[in-house]
Amino acid sequence: MLSRTADHLYWMARYTERAENLARMLDVNCRMTLLRQDEDAVRRRWTAMLSTVGQLEPFLAAHGDVSEPAAIQWISFEGSNPGSIQQCFDSARENARAVRGSISTETWETLNTTWLEVRRFRNHPLAAEVSGEFFEWVKFRSHLARGVLGGTMLHDDALKFTQLGAYLERADNTARILDAHFEMLAHQTIKFDDVGDYYDWGALLRSVSAFAIYRKVYRDRITPRRVAELLILHEPMPRSLRHCMSAVQHTLEELANTRSVETQRRAGEVDAMLRYGRIEDVLAQGPRSYLHGFLARTADLGSRIANDFLVSEAS
Amino acid sequence: MALNEMFETDGTVRPHYRAYAEWLAAMPSQRLDEKRAEADSLFRRAGITFAVHGEATGTERLIPFDLVPRIIPAAEWDWLQRGLKQRVTALNAFLQDIYHEQEILRAGVIPAEQVFRNLQYRPEMQDINVPMDVYAHIAGVDLVRAGEGEYYVLEDNLRVPSGVSYMLENRQAMMRLFPELFANCSVAPVEHYPDLLLDCLRSVAPAGVRDPTIVLLTPGAYNSAYFEHAFLAQQMGVELVEGQDLFVDDEVVYMRTTQGPRRVDVIYRRIDDDFIDPLAFRPDSMLGVPGLLMAYRAGRVNIANAVGTGIADDKSTYPYVPEIIRFYLGEEPVLSNVPTYVLRRPDDLAYALAHLDELVVKEVHGAGGYGMLIGPRASKQEIEEFRLRIKADPARYIAQPTLALSSCPTFVESGLAPRHLDLRPFVLSGSDITLVPGGLTRVALREGSLVVNSSQGGGTKDTWVLER
Repeated sequence: MLSRTADHLYWMARYTERAENLARMLDVNCRMTLLRQDEDAVRRRWTAMLSTVGQLEPFLAAHGDVSEPAAIQWISFEGSNPGSIQQCFDSARENARAVRGSISTETWETLNTTWLEVRRFRNHPLAAEVSGEFFEWVKFRSHLARGVLGGTMLHDDALKFTQLGAYLERADNTARILDAHFEMLAHQTIKFDDVGDYYDWGALLRSVSAFAIYRKVYRDRITPRRVAELLILHEPMPRSLRHCMSAVQHTLEELANTRSVETQRRAGEVDAMLRYGRIEDVLAQGPRSYLHGFLARTADLGSRIANDFLVSEAS
Repeated sequence: MALNEMFETDGTVRPHYRAYAEWLAAMPSQRLDEKRAEADSLFRRAGITFAVHGEATGTERLIPFDLVPRIIPAAEWDWLQRGLKQRVTALNAFLQDIYHEQEILRAGVIPAEQVFRNLQYRPEMQDINVPMDVYAHIAGVDLVRAGEGEYYVLEDNLRVPSGVSYMLENRQAMMRLFPELFANCSVAPVEHYPDLLLDCLRSVAPAGVRDPTIVLLTPGAYNSAYFEHAFLAQQMGVELVEGQDLFVDDEVVYMRTTQGPRRVDVIYRRIDDDFIDPLAFRPDSMLGVPGLLMAYRAGRVNIANAVGTGIADDKSTYPYVPEIIRFYLGEEPVLSNVPTYVLRRPDDLAYALAHLDELVVKEVHGAGGYGMLIGPRASKQEIEEFRLRIKADPARYIAQPTLALSSCPTFVESGLAPRHLDLRPFVLSGSDITLVPGGLTRVALREGSLVVNSSQGGGTKDTWVLER
């Protein structure tokens, strides 16, 4: 397939996945603040979230201080924020439009409809009671896009490039969600084997649809160690780093070309690190340091994939 | 008085509209309103939009779609089809001759300087052989009906004619909105157009290529017809490429793929001649492929439509088409030209200047309804301004009588009202010459307007050719 087409498909999927994860993060923060009226805690949460998505500085420049409604609006719709949910949907649709001939009609219509409808939510600032509806809607649009891709596209390289993009994005996002959680708790010492704060850790699990999964896997109370293990190392958990990187590694092997040997090796290295890693070692290293190392590796893979597959070969 | 496609002058419904008219009469107006809203959302969801020149980048508009079909009886279509095939066959023979022996010039049928001084004549194409001797693979011939109902050819679009996706999407929308209509009226299908197009493109691959790789070359997502490019590429299952996706190495064209370079054999290009190769034509073009013309001239790749077809559909060549048909085919033309005054001829010029208020004056190189004067609708001042432009350079213009274009009932704000129409069937020439029954019907939505171009407020209708 055309390198340019692959590039558009890869980013189409990444942006859709990113929109979904932004909604997940926003959702969990909103739920937490409904439980906690403590102003400091609320501000800490939203500051951590803005910093996770790299928007703390521009946000402060525009608003001066962090408040929940302004933060939700900024991350959902702000035009100058290239990573807002609306901008992600715009970019996903723009990429889909550029390769309309290579995607199924249903895929195009799904992304185009999302793009048309997201405006419906933007026009009035999101009150807490409707924001939940918006986040649900974003998640469903992403589920729908994923399902339509798998259910209507030929399962060839085109589909694989969307999977490559989506899994790499998801790995990155789960790592960031986890990192933001640790940042928020940075002012306290985490006792990994004690029963953690039910609401804090429960909310984290819910944000990645892992609450019921946790119960099923551990059949026990929630401890920070197990939460970290589930989200980092547990293969069957669809949003864990391990699950995502294993998919990235497999997909890369299927897409391999003559230039991609080193990229495959590095993906294999990350996969092995997760496959044979132990949570004791992750915690001993310090979870944030571990996650930052991981994020550097996914960023490296992202730029290597772009070079090997997506940028046109020199003639 | 203009002919109404649906009604006789005494108000009775014409026979070929009878089934439709009965259905329409039984349809509650509220339900029609609902259907119109549904049609709108169908087109919007599918993103069937076009970009408008001069408006902000990314502005997308829907082309208004009208629910009343334009219906053509079977016998009338048979005759039209014969005329269209004849005309396009002759025009391809003309192009082959002009770029080789030039017998038609030596015979004095067309003045030689008219060809050689025309910018649409491409000397690069002289003595180059193209597969099957076909130049205009895809022709979108614009037809109008006037007076008592006689058809006239208004333009032969032989460069990069567009609009066929609307023909297909209009049909799809109609079938979805009113399936019961298609059960009652025997409407000839058009949905196989992409198949015919693919066959056509495959049949003109360079000699010796058995399983040609075909691509559709688009200027990109911001082109006004991008939707159509993507649609056709998808329907044919060929890659939709931009100039940057292709490169030429040793006179062979390749596309850049995730698995390395892949050879390309046939390029269905939707980019004008001027932009396809910056080394050969406009050097500032970012849309084309450097070296493409060399590869083409070497016969290593075919381009549809061929480079240089503009010389055959130019408005200055148009008045000669009946002669062209007689010269190459030895037949009388089936389809008539609109009587045309060629203002480079002194007699014609004098007549035109004396009758500007009755005539339509067109720039020879104009397109899209820009740069024309519609005498009967122009103000005195507009006419005088145009008169000066004509006098300054008469050879740039042709003039035609204002035709009373036929009309068809169309939904407008005040309800159903007659609006003027044209028709663009698409003729495909490869090893064979084929067309699907019908074409794109465009309708001028403003009352009395004769301009059907979508950029100037035109809409479209589904076109039905009846099977019996």
